[in-house]
Amino acid sequence: MTLHADLQVARGSFALDVALSVAPGEVVALLGPNGAGKTTALRALAGLLPLDGGSVRVDDAVWDEPPKVFLRPERRPVGVVFQDYLLFAHLSAAENVAFGLRARGMDRRPAHAAAVEWLDRVGLAEYARARPRSLSGGQAQRVALARALATAPSLLLLDEPLAALDASTRMLVRTELGRHLGEYTGRTLLVTHDPLDAMVLADRLVIVEGGRVVQEGAPTEVARQPRTEYVAQLVGLNLYRGRGSGTSVALDEGGELVVAAPASGVVYVAFPPSAVSLHSARPEGSPRNTWPVTVVGVEQHAHTVRVRLEGSPGVLADVTTGVVAELRLVPGARLWAAVKATETHTYAG
Amino acid sequence: MTRRPGTRGRLPVVLVLPALVGLAFLLVPLAGLLVRAPWATLADQLFSPAVGQALSLSLLCASLATVICLVLGVPLAWLLARADLPGRGLLRALVTVPLVLPPVVGGVALLLVLGRRGLVGSHLYSWFGISLPFTTAGVVVAEAFVAMPFLVISVEGALRAADPRFEEAAATLGASRWLAFRRVTLPTILPGVVAGTVLCWARALGEFGATITFAGNFPGKTTTMPLAVYLALETDPDAAIVLSIVLLLVSAVVLASLRDRWVGGAA
Repeated sequence: MTLHADLQVARGSFALDVALSVAPGEVVALLGPNGAGKTTALRALAGLLPLDGGSVRVDDAVWDEPPKVFLRPERRPVGVVFQDYLLFAHLSAAENVAFGLRARGMDRRPAHAAAVEWLDRVGLAEYARARPRSLSGGQAQRVALARALATAPSLLLLDEPLAALDASTRMLVRTELGRHLGEYTGRTLLVTHDPLDAMVLADRLVIVEGGRVVQEGAPTEVARQPRTEYVAQLVGLNLYRGRGSGTSVALDEGGELVVAAPASGVVYVAFPPSAVSLHSARPEGSPRNTWPVTVVGVEQHAHTVRVRLEGSPGVLADVTTGVVAELRLVPGARLWAAVKATETHTYAG
Repeated sequence: MTRRPGTRGRLPVVLVLPALVGLAFLLVPLAGLLVRAPWATLADQLFSPAVGQALSLSLLCASLATVICLVLGVPLAWLLARADLPGRGLLRALVTVPLVLPPVVGGVALLLVLGRRGLVGSHLYSWFGISLPFTTAGVVVAEAFVAMPFLVISVEGALRAADPRFEEAAATLGASRWLAFRRVTLPTILPGVVAGTVLCWARALGEFGATITFAGNFPGKTTTMPLAVYLALETDPDAAIVLSIVLLLVSAVVLASLRDRWVGGAA
């Protein structure tokens, strides 16, 4: 029941050559910088762009295999949430959601009923008659998601689904999107350039650069062992899952962090490596998270040195070369890590 | 916010003077028409059978021609805007030829092709017994020929301005290209279609050169308002003025009624 895609597309001097597989219920994030070919890959899967080589198959069904087979987009069981949603402005929210069902031959009444039910599921029941123009960004995103899921597609494609939202809405919509993706039993491919979206929403990351896959694996795995400069920068972020109570979060991998905003239930805590300071003795004073760590790796970056540290939890720290010399940062060195609570970001899982 | 008067400097005379002359040039002839109108006998003239006949024929033919232009022109505009055609630029240029072609030349061309001994017309006649020249149908054909480019250009412009990704979104939802066009694209470009239709209809209503060349001048059959105006000018100038005023009025009413709702109003 798995989607297997070997996407080969040539566009002028740019060549995309990416192999992907997505199992049912799995969320795979295609992560990469602008121009890496992420959207090209998504369009090829949707059938909006024919392959030049390779194939797209779901189980025994072949969707694209040049030169013989090409299933037109309207014949593929896909749902797409586009970056700017592309809701039809002249149709109401319910008509937008019902569009796919109507196009696939369902009668008006049952299609409308199903659409209203979907709007209810994304919490927009009272907006059934609203025109897209009158919806907020977050609401439009949810209508777009409902429209894509209403036809029960076997492949859900999300193109930068959170990019058009402002920071505050984004966090909320991300959490809700995660919930819907958890309930969805088909395969999901999420295209994004935002590592946070990818880490939170995806079961597996596929990182593309210049049309090629450069790294692939579970989010934590990729974060721990970046294999290219881009990935290191991309995941330049300490991210933990844990259970919050008040301003304290017990981390799944051990250890505990004090955070700025009170949280409860399953939460993620994130902070950048630059927020971590290293000390030879336990620092005193200000409300900090401090814990003992051991240096396992030191890498020179453009202007800073990234130090990989083991401990409870393990952490990445960016320090200046001065600090490296001062603290004698060699693998095996024992230090104290410190992070201010105000430098942490917490969000619901 | 109201701007204080004089803060933007005086309007340059170099621009204002020609602008006023241009405005007068456009408006004075229309005013002259109204000034010279035979107001005393206006009612009689207006409701005379000759005027009624010409007017109803004009409205009928212009409307039929517009329908033909819509049925053929909208798909043509779609093809020009969306399909991967070889030599699309050339095709687009050819479509606009009737815009700049003197209508009389268009009439001659129609006569050569659709006349009883024309390329297509000879077959039409020998197979179906249909002869278009010098008939009411001929008037419709002549008007459609001249007016269609207005519709095509207007609709194609609207199509090119419309984001084709909405059609892609419809496709991923299972819509065929025809369904996507009908349910997504057409509603989006509707203002452009309406604007094009108005232009097309107005052009058809005023058509003279191609009509008189291809369809001749037979009262009740092919004598539309513009032809009637031209004829009356030699025999009965007062009638010509009345006919002109009627045409002016019809055009003004159509433009005004559509303007607020579609043409420019929303844009």
